[in-house]
Amino acid sequence: MNGVPLIFYLGLGLFMFTTGVVGVIIRRNPIVIFMCIELMLNAVNLTFLAFARYQPSVLVTNTDQLNASAMHGQMMVIFVMAVAAAEVAVGLGIIMAIFRLRDDIDIDELNLLRG
Amino acid sequence: MQNLTQQVPLLFFGAVAGVAAMAAVGVVAFGSAIRSALCLVLNFFLLSILYFTLGSQTLGIIQIVVYTGAIMVLFLFVIMLLNLGGIKILHEKRDPRLILGGVLGLGLFALIATQILLPLQRVTQPRAAQDFGKPESLGVTLFSGYVWPFELASFLLLIGIVGSILLAKRRILPSERQEDSVRSLESGEVAG
Repeated sequence: MNGVPLIFYLGLGLFMFTTGVVGVIIRRNPIVIFMCIELMLNAVNLTFLAFARYQPSVLVTNTDQLNASAMHGQMMVIFVMAVAAAEVAVGLGIIMAIFRLRDDIDIDELNLLRG
Repeated sequence: MQNLTQQVPLLFFGAVAGVAAMAAVGVVAFGSAIRSALCLVLNFFLLSILYFTLGSQTLGIIQIVVYTGAIMVLFLFVIMLLNLGGIKILHEKRDPRLILGGVLGLGLFALIATQILLPLQRVTQPRAAQDFGKPESLGVTLFSGYVWPFELASFLLLIGIVGSILLAKRRILPSERQEDSVRSLESGEVAG
């Protein structure tokens, strides 16, 4: 789509990433913290795709190189999605196990791993 | 009139991105987990629309199927199983972390905006081909140059499946198992 500068996409990605970081810091519900991590991963995906489409690097001028690097950006998005899916499955399993152990999922009360 | 038609993509992007940003804030700001999850669904859906506007149709569809479909359903299932919907909303304390998080977020935003976004503000035209995200080229790249990472990702997902089953299943202690067998003998059931 023409007419939208690259910086708008990057700005949205940056805003979502920052929101995710703030959410991870201030929230106490581990499920919401997981959602904030998902938000951060999606912000990175959006940034990858925006860079893949706009290709701001002036060093890449060859058409073949241009197409190849556009594909690399999309491959990254696919692998981020795969890792995110595995991470969510394991993380929610851990939350379920902790909840079964303690009947309470307040993240500030968890100190099982305190040294 | 010419000016107006040029503005249409910009206005469309502004509307979608604005709602997506508000949904992202809603994920953090809402007190109950289920409202956060619904905001996240909205955000992912709007992101897939943005993927379409970037010309990457395949990833837009994958975004809807994987994130909005599978991952968010998993989140909602866990919220339902833990019964956190309306009753057990964690009371968020007003503590210094709120200020710390806000300051850190603003700092991060300012840092990345000035160092990365500002130098790129003159990039307005996409250089990759319009159809760079069609399924055919994506599949050819995935199964030629990226076939080993693809296989590794499948191993990762397999380990994730096994690990989540091990973590989430109820652990049966040996004593419980004996009690179960005794109970089934007493009630006259034939086990197995």
